[in-house]
Amino acid sequence: MKHKGRNVYMISGGVTKFAKATPDMDFRLRVKKAFDYATNDINLELKDIDGSVASYFSDHFQRQLMSGIMVQDYLGLTPKPSKRVEGGGATGGLAFQTGFEEVASGRMDVCAVYGFETMSHVNTWKGNEFIALASDTNFDYPVGGFYTGYYAMMAMRHMHEFGTTVEQLAKVSIKNHGNALHNPYAQSPMKLTVEDVRNSPMVSYPLTRLDVCTMSDGAAVAILASEEKAFELCDKPVLVKSIGTGTDTMRLSDRPFQKVPLLPNEKESDYKNLKYPGVHSFRAGRTAAKEAYEAAGITDPLNEIDLVELHDAYTSSEIQTYEDLGLCKYGEGGSFIEEGKSELNGKVPVNPSGGLLASGHPVGATGIMQAVFMFWQLQHSVKKHFKNDALQVKNAKRGLIHSHAGTGTYVTVSIMEAVK
Amino acid sequence: MTLDYDAKMPETQEGTEVYNTDPLVVKSHYDIDYIHSYAQDSEFFRALGKKKLLGSKCKKCGYTYATPRGHCMMCGSETEWHELPQVGKVHTFTTCYFGSEKFLSETPFNLIMVEFEGVDSLFMARLIGADQEDIHIGMKVRARFKRNLQFSPTDVYFVPARE
Repeated sequence: MKHKGRNVYMISGGVTKFAKATPDMDFRLRVKKAFDYATNDINLELKDIDGSVASYFSDHFQRQLMSGIMVQDYLGLTPKPSKRVEGGGATGGLAFQTGFEEVASGRMDVCAVYGFETMSHVNTWKGNEFIALASDTNFDYPVGGFYTGYYAMMAMRHMHEFGTTVEQLAKVSIKNHGNALHNPYAQSPMKLTVEDVRNSPMVSYPLTRLDVCTMSDGAAVAILASEEKAFELCDKPVLVKSIGTGTDTMRLSDRPFQKVPLLPNEKESDYKNLKYPGVHSFRAGRTAAKEAYEAAGITDPLNEIDLVELHDAYTSSEIQTYEDLGLCKYGEGGSFIEEGKSELNGKVPVNPSGGLLASGHPVGATGIMQAVFMFWQLQHSVKKHFKNDALQVKNAKRGLIHSHAGTGTYVTVSIMEAVK
Repeated sequence: MTLDYDAKMPETQEGTEVYNTDPLVVKSHYDIDYIHSYAQDSEFFRALGKKKLLGSKCKKCGYTYATPRGHCMMCGSETEWHELPQVGKVHTFTTCYFGSEKFLSETPFNLIMVEFEGVDSLFMARLIGADQEDIHIGMKVRARFKRNLQFSPTDVYFVPARE
């Protein structure tokens, strides 16, 4: 970051239980429920909030344009400043970072970031069509028209380059669905075996139904504040230490074959014969991590980060992301899960909430959901909010949240730290 | 101008499909035809009718693209059309057993990314003439062209090529 700006803290959060369809509430009421949960948790009043950021991905799902202002209106936040932020699957992460910028810049002392998506107004295959419209409509959509197909091709190349196996992919599914058994907000808690994952219906080879996240209805809210306001309004604020963002070409076919942008714990000789990113890795994820680590002074991510909530829309993308984030070297993602390093009791728990695979993926809410779950982890308040502490990471002091769009077109990484 | 104090809206026989009454869930139809311009990519689609596969090449730095683009991502300069070889290799692949609603009736279908000798980027296409278990990375494939153009990138598709 060229200019760091003011310190920014997260002071409260709220999430609705994600579900396949919740037709008894519209998006406004869903956000209102998450918002009320967040404000009630610290007795925040509307007058304390200076403005907001709205996070939602697709206008197609609801066929309601300007949904953002309808939420602003419903929450009673008009006429305060607000804007919509959109960037595919990373919409939530980008909106969270925009809220950070509103506070860091000094424009706002308290900023509400609210995210939502209502995916149940169309059937699953129409929903997949809407999502696929977030690929180049001249060259990619008419040929594939299916995101799981694009990710499956990346997974196949990752397996080819590095020897990653379908059993290793399945272990991510088992871990995340298993963690979600203790998360009352999660959509798909499940106890699974490798056989369950491999025997579920094949979607796009090698990805089965249980390697892929679901469509969801849901909302999430994060409240961010300046240092002065944070300690005035909240007993246990959590510092948003740094943010990083990366981008890559819309079309997978345009990804270059170059050298790996190295993290401080890597050497050029680690990747002598690797052409990067090709279609096996996410250059935007690595770029985002590099920026966030530099600003936070992180040089050894595996030993300096206590837990991670990352964008596991697919089991394969979780493995690819371990590598982008430098939790292990490129090529070691498969063994990273196999050795249990990302398990709840592993070296660095990844997606203790259950991630997208098991918590659900109401796109605009997802990146904010990650921030809320991370906030509760770093506050050590998981027991209060989940009504059980099975998922509380004992040593949680510094966490990383990661939001991801397209085939890795926009990726955000934000570092959060406990201060009390 | 007269005021009609008994004005009535005309009734119609049109109804609404109702899925559920509590909460009230109704069918809402949406249909649209777009006037989609391929703009600077137009030549690619026209060339498929002449059985030519066009990529692009940067006039300044020489970077070559299997999927055409008007300007170079490496240096920002304008590109020119560049004819691609019609034989390449499978860089990666999948078989889709499900898909978007629009393509659901075509499942299962194979998607491949093709790499061409001497070309810096890839091309996404359908592969026919092979089942999932027949396909492997590095497999030689050959472009074929539809006779009746739909002006879609699927006017070109790939088939296995003899090694």
